[in-house]
Amino acid sequence: MDWPTVATRLFGDAHAIVADGDFLGGTATFDGAPVAIVGTTNHAAVGVELALRQARAILATIVDHPGRPLLLLVDTQGQKLRRRDELLGIHRAMAHLACCIDLARRQGHPVVGLVYDQALSGGFITSGLMADACHALPEAEIRVMRVPAMARVTKLPEELLESLSLTNPVFAPGVANYVAMGGVRSLWDGDLAAGLRAALADRDSADRRAEEGAQRGGRRVAADVIRRVLEA
Amino acid sequence: MNASFAELAARERLAAVVDAGSFHEWLPPSERVMSPHLAQLGVPAAFDDGVAIGRARLAGQAIFVAAQEGEFMGGGVGEVHGAKLVGLLRRALRDRPAAVVLLAESGGVRLHEANAGLIAVSEVMRALLDVRAAGIPTLILIGGANGCFGGMGIVARCADTVVMSDIARHAMSGPEVIESAHGAGEFDSRDRALVWRTTGGKHRWLTGDCDALVEDDPHAFRAAAIAALAVHRPMTLADLQQESALLQGRADVDGDNADAVELWSRLGVADAHGVPDLDADEVRVRRPAAMALLANGAA
Repeated sequence: MDWPTVATRLFGDAHAIVADGDFLGGTATFDGAPVAIVGTTNHAAVGVELALRQARAILATIVDHPGRPLLLLVDTQGQKLRRRDELLGIHRAMAHLACCIDLARRQGHPVVGLVYDQALSGGFITSGLMADACHALPEAEIRVMRVPAMARVTKLPEELLESLSLTNPVFAPGVANYVAMGGVRSLWDGDLAAGLRAALADRDSADRRAEEGAQRGGRRVAADVIRRVLEA
Repeated sequence: MNASFAELAARERLAAVVDAGSFHEWLPPSERVMSPHLAQLGVPAAFDDGVAIGRARLAGQAIFVAAQEGEFMGGGVGEVHGAKLVGLLRRALRDRPAAVVLLAESGGVRLHEANAGLIAVSEVMRALLDVRAAGIPTLILIGGANGCFGGMGIVARCADTVVMSDIARHAMSGPEVIESAHGAGEFDSRDRALVWRTTGGKHRWLTGDCDALVEDDPHAFRAAAIAALAVHRPMTLADLQQESALLQGRADVDGDNADAVELWSRLGVADAHGVPDLDADEVRVRRPAAMALLANGAA
């Protein structure tokens, strides 16, 4: 789904979200209250500049509108793969973006992530995955890499990975797998506004992903290992 | 002549950095807490899933510590590996050690457990930021041969202090990945000098991305860790605004895709061309004052 459609289905005409290149920003009114929107579009490759642009938008929200809910709209192909970005410390710029989202949460902003199109690796880990909880549209795509590329890098047979991915959510792309593993809390199917309303009503900002992954059966050992370390 | 930190195994590094004999491991290899995913791929698993965690003492102070083993799957973060780190960090939040020290060596997400690894790295990031926000100093030591990349590269820069050796690398995507995406003209992964001046310890020091630069020597890492033991950098709104402005300013200096040497010159590094031939001590004194501010925030 493209972002104008998402915006309309969430807010009707009551939004002033604009795209500037791959950056999305603006404000909307939801159930009579303002929501700040920060995100990316065009399957953005997140480089130093785009990470900093998002960071500035989040900091500006903290300064100008304390406590205002933040909706992070995710559409990224991952981090930008350029020498210049590595030279300029893209890892630090992305860490900075993550720290800004973290600060917003600590200062009382509800932070909701929504993967509305595509979410990959580095671009996802410093946006939607930093929210209190991340949600997704059913048709969105979430992955680290596609199975053929995974087969090439790991030197494992593609057929093996494909067959395992039918029964084990760890190996295959897909939002349903991320829900099963606890990485995505819910899918917003049909009534998107109902999804946002429920997400904003959930004020528990603790990281529950390992527990949810265990409850849902998609990530069976992480929560247990964490518990064992606490009890060791 | 001391041993090379880079050539040591993770537990050897850990033993060399903390006070002698003080490391007590949680979920040690004897408990065989292993990846549940590798066997069905026909890939050998490790009894510790590639990371050692526990408590120790550093200069007499009680710390929590972890060391990633680059020889096992490149230090990649899988479900169990990540959960051990998250457990350590959550325990730190509960027990409040003097500091948490992570000897990082990782390619990032372990691709064999792709989805679980990605979520795990995100959990590590949030748990580390919780520890930092609680005022417990977090230190990352980067000196392994595999460097610190991907999601772990991001995690590392979420910490209070990053210590690197001059032969270490800290970045996001490996040069091979960038070359395969955009060709050797973009980033020639076989040009070692180019790779090191773009992502190596000297560059990270000169541009403020790391907080201490040491020789490839376990004693030097230990000394740097002790020096940073009490360093807590708060993350206030003002701190993050300053970080934003400084990173943008640095990016603006390189609007034209300059090489590292040219960037150093523009940032005020004296005799930038000579830097690759200098040792860590000589490079340390060349960092421009403005870049030191970058790394140390308002302090």
